[in-house]
Amino acid sequence: MDTMDEIRETFFLECEDLLQDLETGLTAIRDGDRDPEKVNSVFRAVHSIKGGAGAFALNDLVRFAHKFETTLDEVRAGRLEPQTDLVALFLRSADFLADLVASAQSGDQVDGEQIDHLISELESFIDSDNAAPSAENFVFEPIALDFSLDFDAPPPPPAEDGDWRITISPHENLFARGNDSVMLLRALRLLGDYSVTCDWSDLFFLDHMDCEKSYLKWSLTMPAMVTETAIREVFEFVEDECDLKIERTAVSSAPRPAPVETQTPSKPALAASPQALHEDSDHGPSTAASADANGKDAGKAPKATVRVELDRVDRLINLIGELVINQSMLSQAVFDAGFPPNSPLAGGLDEFKQLTRDIQESVMSIRAQPVKPLFQRMSRIVREASNATRKDVRLVTEGESTEVDKIVIERLSDPLTHMIRNAVDHGLESREKREAAGKPREGVVRLSAMHRSGRVIIEVSDDGAGINRPRVRQIAIEKGLISADEQLTDGEIDNLLFMPGFSTASEVSNLSGRGVGMDVVKKSIQALGGRVSIVSVPGQGSSFIISLPLTLAILDGMVVRIAGQTTIIPLTDIVETLKPKPEDIHYLSTEGQVVFIRGAFVPLVDVGATLGYRAPLTKVDNQIVVLTQTEDSALSALLVDEIFDQRQVVIKGLEENYGSVPGIAAATILGDGRIALILDVDRIVSRKSMTADLSEAA
Amino acid sequence: MSLRILAVDDSRTMRDMIRLALVEAGFEVHLAEDGIHGLEVMDAVNPQVIITDINMPRMDGFGFIEAVRAREDYKGVPILTLTTESATELKQRARDAGATGWIVKPFNKEKLISIIHRVAA
Repeated sequence: MDTMDEIRETFFLECEDLLQDLETGLTAIRDGDRDPEKVNSVFRAVHSIKGGAGAFALNDLVRFAHKFETTLDEVRAGRLEPQTDLVALFLRSADFLADLVASAQSGDQVDGEQIDHLISELESFIDSDNAAPSAENFVFEPIALDFSLDFDAPPPPPAEDGDWRITISPHENLFARGNDSVMLLRALRLLGDYSVTCDWSDLFFLDHMDCEKSYLKWSLTMPAMVTETAIREVFEFVEDECDLKIERTAVSSAPRPAPVETQTPSKPALAASPQALHEDSDHGPSTAASADANGKDAGKAPKATVRVELDRVDRLINLIGELVINQSMLSQAVFDAGFPPNSPLAGGLDEFKQLTRDIQESVMSIRAQPVKPLFQRMSRIVREASNATRKDVRLVTEGESTEVDKIVIERLSDPLTHMIRNAVDHGLESREKREAAGKPREGVVRLSAMHRSGRVIIEVSDDGAGINRPRVRQIAIEKGLISADEQLTDGEIDNLLFMPGFSTASEVSNLSGRGVGMDVVKKSIQALGGRVSIVSVPGQGSSFIISLPLTLAILDGMVVRIAGQTTIIPLTDIVETLKPKPEDIHYLSTEGQVVFIRGAFVPLVDVGATLGYRAPLTKVDNQIVVLTQTEDSALSALLVDEIFDQRQVVIKGLEENYGSVPGIAAATILGDGRIALILDVDRIVSRKSMTADLSEAA
Repeated sequence: MSLRILAVDDSRTMRDMIRLALVEAGFEVHLAEDGIHGLEVMDAVNPQVIITDINMPRMDGFGFIEAVRAREDYKGVPILTLTTESATELKQRARDAGATGWIVKPFNKEKLISIIHRVAA
C-alpha cells in the first residue's frame, strides 16, 4: 500500500471518530448543553472532515461539509440560536454527512438531490445580512493533493519588459513575527539571479542597536522574465511589515544581470538569523534524506499506539489456547506422577497456571473495545425510529466505556439495532397514550452495558407500556405456537416473543416489521455464546437483557462425567451442585422427574439420555445434580454421575470440522489429550422441556 | 542538516499529510495534537519552523502562537498557520498573535515546501 492510500485510510478512520464527536456534541446541545466548547467541538469535527475530504478531492463531501460548517459557524459566533428545529436539522445533517463519508469510502454514488436539499435547508437558517462575510459567497475549491508532482517550476514567460527594480524597506519590527529579510532574499534568489545593494545607513551606532529590530534596506534588480505574481508571493507575509516597491525599469537591452553580488555587513543586524547568506542553495526536495528523517519523526505521538492486523492477534489468542491446554496437560502429568500438592513442582505449576490466565486476559484485552461507538450508532437508529413512528424518544446510554471483544461488538450491531427499533416501535406508547397514562410525552429508551461476574450485560429497556401478555398469548395461540388451554407463566409468555415468526404489531409497521424477528435476535446472540432475557412490568416498561461471555475463545467450565463421557458444563450456567436425597425426587410420568430443592420443584434433566448416551434412568441413584439457570431465569437440575474439577478450557468449534450437534456447544481438549464436549445447557434444557410438560408441576 | 519542523494539528489525517510531504522533502518532522501538546513537543525538539492549525481543542492556534512568542528563545521562530479558507479575519488574528505567515488548506506539497523555504532555511 502506498502512503497516500494509508493516509486515505487514516482519514476514514478519523472520520469515524469525528462523526461520533459530532453526534455526541449535537446530542448534548439538543439536550440543552450551552457550553461554547460543545459548539466548538462540533464545528471542529465538520471542519476536519472537510479539510481531509478536500485533500482527496471528495467533492460532494466537501461541498456539503462546507455548508454544514458555515451554518455551524453562525451558531458558534452567536449569530444563530441553536433552536430545536435547527439542532434537529444539524442532527440530520450529521447523519447525512456520515452517509457521504461512507459512500466516499466505498466509492458509491451519492444522491446529489439530497445534498442540494439539505444544503438549501441549512442555507435557510443563514441570514445573509448578518452572516460573516467570509462564510458567504465563498466557493470552496478543493485542491487534490498530488504527491507525484515533480518539483520543476513551469517555464517562465519570455521577457519582454525591462528588469525588475525592487526596494525593500522593512519596518523595524519585521523580526517580531519570525520574518527575516535574509529569507526574503533567498526566496527571491530561487526566482532568478539578482544584483542587490544593502543600505545600512540606519545602523549608524552599533551601541544603539536593538538586535530584535531591523535596520537594513535592500535594493535589487531582478531579471525581467520573473513574473510579478511570483515576486509578490515572496512578500506575501510581510506586506504590512515593510515598504515595498516593485517596478519595471525602462526596457533596456542590458545583458544578463551581473553575477550575484550581495553586500552585507558581516555582524550585527543578523544576530537573529545566524545563517549566512552565502550558504549554498540547497532548496527543493531531497528524497534521499527521507529515510533518516523518517526514523526521527515518529516518536512524538501523545498516546503510543501500534496498529496490528487482527490476524496476528487471533494467532496469539490461538497460541494462548494451546498454552492453556499444555498447562492442563502438565498439571495432569504431575498429578498422575503422584507429586504431593505442596511439592515445589506443584507450586510452580500453580504459578504457571496463574500466569497463563494473566496472559490470556492481557491478550483478550487487546481485542477488547469500548461499546461507545456501537452505542452511538444507536442514537441514529432511535432518531430514525422516532421520526418514523412520530414518537418523542430520548436515548439514554450508560456504561459506554465497558469493553467487549471486537468481534462481539461487530456482531451485536444488528441485534441491537433491531431491539432498539422494537423498543421505540412496540415498547413505547404513542404520545397520546402516554399523556393519558400520566407519563411524560417523551419516552425513554435506555441502553446500558456493564461487566457482571465475568460476563458482559447489555440491557435495552424502555419506559413504555410493558409487554401486553394477553395479546401475546392470543397471537401465539392463533399462530399455533401454543395450544389454547396451555397455562403459561408471565416469563414463559414473554419468551414467546423469541419464537420464530412471532410479531405482535397488529399492523406490521415499516419500522420493526423488516422481516427480522426476535427469534433472529436471539439466535445471533446465542451464536456469540450469549443469552437474552426479558423483564417486563405492565405500565412501566420492558427490559431486554443480553448476557455475553467476555471471550469467545476460552471458558471456565466444570468437568463432569455423564454416562462415562467426560463433559464440560460452562460455569456461568451453573448455580450450585448438590446431591439430592432420594425422597426429594418425584416421578411425574415415564419421562418427567422433578427434584425438590429448597421449597421448589425443579425439572430434572437426564443429560445422558437426552444426548443419547444411554437409556433414560428409571431411578436416580447416587447421582449428582448440577443446578443450572437459563436465560429466562428458569432453573433446571442436570443429572451427572461425577464431578471432577473446575478449569479453563479452550473452545474448539465443532461446526467447521464436524457439524452442529444439538445440545453440544463446542468441544475442548483435556489435559490428558482427550476430547471433551461442552454442553449447550439452554438447548439441553429446552429439549427436555419439549418432551415433558413440567410446567404444571413447577 | 535538515530543518526541524513542528506541525500542530488535531486532525490525524492532516498530520499524516504534513508528515508525508515534509519527510519526503528531507525535513525532520515532529507532530503534536493541540496547542498544549505543541508546547511540550516544542520544548523537547526545539523546532526551527512551526506549522499550526487554528481550530483545535484544549489550546487553539491563536493561544499556541501567543504562548510560543512569549518565550524568549522562540521569538524569532517562523510560525505558519494552516487555514482552510483564505479568511482574512483569521489571518489577521493569527498575525496579531505573532504568526509569520499562513498556508491555505488543502495545500499541495510543492506549495507547502516553497512556503517553508520562504521563512526558514
